[in-house]
Amino acid sequence: MSVLVNKNSKIIVQGFTGKEGTFHAEQMIAYGTNLVGGVTPGKGGGEHLGKPIFNTVSDAVKEAGANVSIIFVPPAFAADAIMEAADAGIGVIVCITEGIPTRDMITVQEYLVGKNSRLIGPNCPGVITPEEAKVGIMPGFVFKKGKVGIVSKSGTLTYEAADQVVKAGLGISTAIGIGGDPIIGTTTKEAVEMFMNDPETEGIVMIGEIGGSMEADAAKWIKENGIKPVVGFIAGQTAPKGRKMGHAGAIVGGKDDTAEAKMKIMAECGIHVVASPAKIGATMAEVLA
Amino acid sequence: MNLHEFQAKGILKKSGVAIQEGYVANNGNEAVDVAKKLTEETGTGWWVIKAQIHAGGRGKGGGVKLAKNLDEVRSVADSIIGMDLVTPQTSKEGKRVHKVLVAQDVYYPGENEPEEYYMSVLLNRNTGKNMFMYSTEGGMDIESVAEKTPHLIFTEEIDPKVGVQGFQARRIAFNLGLSGQAFKQMVKFVFALYKAYETNDASLFEINPVLKTSDDKIIAVDAKVSLDDNALFRHPDLAEMRDITEEDATEVEAAEYSLNYVKLDGNVGCMVNGAGLAMATMDIIKLSGGDPANFLDVGGTANAERVERAFRIILSDPNVKAILVNIFGGIVRCDRVAQGVVDAYKSIGDIPVPIIVRLQGTNAEEAKKIIDESGLKVHSAILLQEAADAVKEVLA
Repeated sequence: MSVLVNKNSKIIVQGFTGKEGTFHAEQMIAYGTNLVGGVTPGKGGGEHLGKPIFNTVSDAVKEAGANVSIIFVPPAFAADAIMEAADAGIGVIVCITEGIPTRDMITVQEYLVGKNSRLIGPNCPGVITPEEAKVGIMPGFVFKKGKVGIVSKSGTLTYEAADQVVKAGLGISTAIGIGGDPIIGTTTKEAVEMFMNDPETEGIVMIGEIGGSMEADAAKWIKENGIKPVVGFIAGQTAPKGRKMGHAGAIVGGKDDTAEAKMKIMAECGIHVVASPAKIGATMAEVLA
Repeated sequence: MNLHEFQAKGILKKSGVAIQEGYVANNGNEAVDVAKKLTEETGTGWWVIKAQIHAGGRGKGGGVKLAKNLDEVRSVADSIIGMDLVTPQTSKEGKRVHKVLVAQDVYYPGENEPEEYYMSVLLNRNTGKNMFMYSTEGGMDIESVAEKTPHLIFTEEIDPKVGVQGFQARRIAFNLGLSGQAFKQMVKFVFALYKAYETNDASLFEINPVLKTSDDKIIAVDAKVSLDDNALFRHPDLAEMRDITEEDATEVEAAEYSLNYVKLDGNVGCMVNGAGLAMATMDIIKLSGGDPANFLDVGGTANAERVERAFRIILSDPNVKAILVNIFGGIVRCDRVAQGVVDAYKSIGDIPVPIIVRLQGTNAEEAKKIIDESGLKVHSAILLQEAADAVKEVLA
């Protein structure tokens, strides 16, 4: 099982022949991901990294049966790329691009209503189902197969959590980097829900950060519907108010945005909250023992 | 990116929002010149001299004063320009004032009592839509209004498909208790404000106060504007409004080297790859008995040059008693980063504070060996907990 992507996913890269797209497509292929081609407008009919290039996403869907897309298009054109993928009927759209204007994401969000597409990101490391498919920029070797699902707003902190989970003798079913922007396609709650419904996942690591209410929303949902243990961490316990901490969405505006407030509500909803990011793996091992 | 009040008002006026008119001045003489001009254009008899800095609460710190004649305009402007203005939103050292806005007096007596409201436009992150937030309680700190009298704060969410609609503008005007001419003016104000927000890719437009004058005009007396940094590429004219003298000099320097640095008040500096891990590293410093001196994301390419630059920036803060380097190497190999740390250390010379280097991921063992065999006073660690323990040890 696992969620979102697996060995049968037919994956394309949008922004295939660019520097980023090329580098990460190579890494994904080397991991064993079923990459069926890529899209670069104007270069359709050609070949890149031994895979076909298409002019449009709908060509890739028609000719290669693509159902998952990963986007490495520059910020000014990324919103358009997401909407093109949704229009072509791509089921899972993973947008790595950082720096998309908020106004563009409001338009994208509106466009996706009623479409059969799930957007992951933007500004995220992507999704990985170990030993099956790496649809992202994460170092694949860190993620060993297992029964813990990870949802996180951050990149390297996701790798850190995965590494700890693996070293604690467990492994990963799927890891989802949902992204650190103010508007993202898949929320913490939605990712948690997928893991709760996935028979292969036995425990969930939920990593959030300051800003917004996604972790609180997820916590309230877990309290009502949770059937598997969840270990939670919120980054930014020491972040000052009103300053953007790297991610566009990581900013404390009001008091509900703070790590303290989020950790409190998560604990009240039955999540095993760790104050130290060094304790994520060990705590997961304890609660699953 | 934040704007000054005079810049924000310029944008508002362009979009058709009625504002308290004024001109910016760099010294007392200029202030007198623009005061005269302002009186010719608006008929104002008095002038308000307002310090232009990126912080609210300027009136409380003595940065907003009324001048009743031209001599006062000159002396008030000269006294404000050059001062280190301390407000509830600045550090205790305050912010140096370089410019003042000479503005018309809009609280003149008339048929009705003037009234102040609060209005802002911003993104509602929970719904992914823009919204108006407004209140009858204007001219005050909106957070304390939210705390004490939350029922006096209203919101109006905007459907991105159609933008702000007439019924919404009317609802806002009704909720603010307006009628007659003031009602009509407010409806117009709401439309124009939303246009200013949307066409400029703003992330915040806050007008506090919105004033109903004694003759029922609705005008923006102050304006706080933040623009979406990610959208500046399509607004080169707005990008030019950036005033780097308002920003922390070290943060500006860091940004030139694509280092994402935020200065904090603590005693342990840190250098990390990735924003989430950087925040988590700050947290672990706190749990180890220290206080983070900064947030610093070195990004994906932690090579010797960047590591050296980051070290120099961290060391420019005299409060730093130790430095924790925390890199999770994925695509970037840890042994390369370790070599970068060693090279940077040697290039800087003697670094006076202990350094803890935690490298995890690709080639972590080789990296630890490079650090351990370098002969430098650097503690190496692989696990995050080991790094935390090392911080505790050096602070003890």
